[in-house]
Amino acid sequence: MSNKFVRITDISKDTPQLAHVDNADLMPLPIDVEEPAWGEISEATREDFACILDDTAILPIPKPKTPAEQKAFVEKFLSGMEKLFTAENNWTFLAQLVTTMDHCAKCNTCSQACHIYEASGENEMYRPTYRTEVFRRIYKKHIKGEMWSDWRNGKIDLTWQAVARLGELAYRCNLCRRCAQTCPIGADNGLVAREIRKIFSQEMGITTPELHKNGSMLQLKSGSSTNMNSLVVKDNMEFIDEDISEITGYEYETPWDVEGAEILLIHNAGEILAWPDNVGAFGIILEAAKKAGIIRSWTLSSDLAAYDSINYGVFYDDVQYARTALLHANAAKKLNVDKIVLGECGHAHKALTVIADRVLPQELLTPRESCFPLLREIVMSGKIDFDPSRNDFPVTIHDPCNVTRLMGIIKPQRDIVKKLCPQFREMVPHGVHNYCCGGGSGFAIMTRNNIPDWRHKVAGRKKLTQILDAFGDCRGPETPKYVCAPCSNCKGQIRDIFDRYEMKEKESLIYSGLVELIVNAMTEVKEGFIKWEDEF
Amino acid sequence: MSIVAYLVAYTAIVVFLGAVFARIMAYKRLPQHVRWELYPVAHEAKRAEWGGGYLEEVDWWKKKREVSLFGEMKVMIPEILLLKGVWEHNKSLWWVSFPFHFGLYVLAGFAGLLIFGAILHAAGISMFPGAGGTAGLMIAVTSIVGPVGFVLCAVGALGLGLRRLTNIELRNYSSVGHYFNLALFLVTVSVALYTWRTVDPEFHTMRGFVYSLLTFKFIKFESSLFATQMILIFVLLAYIPLTHMSHFFMKYFLWHDIRWGDEPNIDNPETNRRIGEALGQPVSWAAEHIHADGKKNWVEVASYNPMRPDGSEPE
Ligand code: SF4
Ligand code: SF4
Repeated sequence: MSNKFVRITDISKDTPQLAHVDNADLMPLPIDVEEPAWGEISEATREDFACILDDTAILPIPKPKTPAEQKAFVEKFLSGMEKLFTAENNWTFLAQLVTTMDHCAKCNTCSQACHIYEASGENEMYRPTYRTEVFRRIYKKHIKGEMWSDWRNGKIDLTWQAVARLGELAYRCNLCRRCAQTCPIGADNGLVAREIRKIFSQEMGITTPELHKNGSMLQLKSGSSTNMNSLVVKDNMEFIDEDISEITGYEYETPWDVEGAEILLIHNAGEILAWPDNVGAFGIILEAAKKAGIIRSWTLSSDLAAYDSINYGVFYDDVQYARTALLHANAAKKLNVDKIVLGECGHAHKALTVIADRVLPQELLTPRESCFPLLREIVMSGKIDFDPSRNDFPVTIHDPCNVTRLMGIIKPQRDIVKKLCPQFREMVPHGVHNYCCGGGSGFAIMTRNNIPDWRHKVAGRKKLTQILDAFGDCRGPETPKYVCAPCSNCKGQIRDIFDRYEMKEKESLIYSGLVELIVNAMTEVKEGFIKWEDEF
Repeated sequence: MSIVAYLVAYTAIVVFLGAVFARIMAYKRLPQHVRWELYPVAHEAKRAEWGGGYLEEVDWWKKKREVSLFGEMKVMIPEILLLKGVWEHNKSLWWVSFPFHFGLYVLAGFAGLLIFGAILHAAGISMFPGAGGTAGLMIAVTSIVGPVGFVLCAVGALGLGLRRLTNIELRNYSSVGHYFNLALFLVTVSVALYTWRTVDPEFHTMRGFVYSLLTFKFIKFESSLFATQMILIFVLLAYIPLTHMSHFFMKYFLWHDIRWGDEPNIDNPETNRRIGEALGQPVSWAAEHIHADGKKNWVEVASYNPMRPDGSEPE
């Protein structure tokens, strides 16, 4: 039985689970599918960690067992919350946070914008305002110390259960900020989820292993969350250069550490391992652009972290964010390049182009830009020949939130697919009003416990619906269809949803990036760069 | 009772202005935040049509940024006057929220008319009932605008209150304070309506009250109902900026400074100064990986690699 409605005050109660998401309540999909029951969370996990929110467990919060531990747990949280509202510890986001705390009108206008809330069948705990409201009541009462706070702001009991559930709830949000886009006041519930994650990480040392230990910390250690050091990455890239040159008949070699180059290209290193065609396609396009005189030169950097654009700190920790941004900026400075260009990775775009703008000192602010405008300039230059008939299959674009809603880069990628893909069609809604793929904020790389159940059947549900609806005129396995998802994390999530719902088999759906479509249409390249047969 | 009303009015004006000023200054004193813009950004001229911005350009830092004030107006005016966002995303609430907010705008206009009328009166143009010309027109318009504003506001406050009470989802997020605020509005505008109907049909006494406040020539009035009305109105005026309802002016900062704050740092000395100031502050986050001690500043903490404390490169 579902219990879709929960009160704000329920979060503090000593109950085994705040709420359950029943399959029967899930938003219907446009395919006939029977959702399996939630996967089990092991007894050992339940014993050691506070799995008391819903049907899954993302943030491993050590369960405080004795009253003393429980008290210490709550006090630690409060000490972090206090720091979160100080200028010295949170100058980065204090203005956004304080205004959201003080001015929300509690109108719930933002609720319908959230794909997680909608897909869950409007389960109250996933409403964008639920976690914010709990957080706000704690803040007003315990940090701001407002007089008559229960009366003015509503009651809250600060139990260890409330704190643990709040931490988990911060990981039931994609940080897509679609809710914030609809708020008439300008409050930002996505931001609050991130700020809660910061308290857990920066004060309590509680993080998800994917983002922290095997993510940002590994990147600081070996240079990449893939654990590739610079020698391994160069080796792999050399292999990709050879392989792609052979497949395409287009000879090129990735340049490394070229001082004074015009462009320092930074890929999400996950592409090198999971989608080598993507980095290969970038190589071909940039070499072709160089030969055509559109760009002067380009390079990759083998400095620590400079060959992996990921910056997971963006999802949970300001200090980890700053450390990684600093490594990226230092590498560009060292090579004295004209600009940094970010490959197809949404959060890396946002991290280095926009957020770093008011974090790094001026001497480290090498200009940064997205790959999409550059790719548009190359494709539209008229100096490289394309044959759009090579892309004559139904194509739709998924908009990574970080690139579109958070950076306003909407048209360049569309100009390209409109020129190169005769059967391009949009999802509804799209562009700046897109829906998150459900993998945003780090979920795309999480497979522990039964996390995939949640990110597929709840977080990814809206995106799958949108994709299928975009291909409403050519449904079924007969027509191969292409989802252009120009972001590594989005691709990971879309790959996993397609696997779960057998979209390749049932709908002949494949996903890949934008550069693959560009190279597939280049006449200088052998036909068939996109290998449908590999996909089926 | 007249003296009490005048005293409350002056105090309320001081509290109102002081609270607005304090809130704005408190915001202004916050440290420079990182960019956190959210598209569509209305001033992005033509690109705002599809939600795009200047980052859609190659070498955007070399190009002149087009910033359209008209574009901002095109978004802000329907947003403020008509609550366009609520209409699009929360229609059932709009039917009660719109009359409430629009009623308040009408009442702000009504206050403007009263002040203008009092100034005319002070300038020697009679504003007594029966006056002709501009004064007569002013009196007529004021007599319509006031009740319309009161009725809209009353309907809205009642509707919002009932919705909060009857809709379980909204009730979950409502505190006693919410109901109190709406009740205060409802009582105030109801008393104002009753006063208008019974003792001040052309708002002559109210205009006289405003005249007295402006000129310090205090007129004594007989009706305790009228005094109660004025006390309530001014208490409400002072109360609004002390609550979350201060969003009526703080929204400017939330939209302009945060949501639309896409100004890039192209060697901006003031931005650089503020970044330097922020980075020089001590960090005291306690988690082990932060390596903060309450003395090291942001530059030191961010430059430290906890996985390579000696600064070595991987083998
Ligand atoms: S965040 Fe905005 S839209 Fe959501 S409840 Fe608060 S004021 Fe309303
Ligand atoms: S940021 Fe996105 S996922 Fe998070 S609450 Fe808002 S709409 Fe939902």
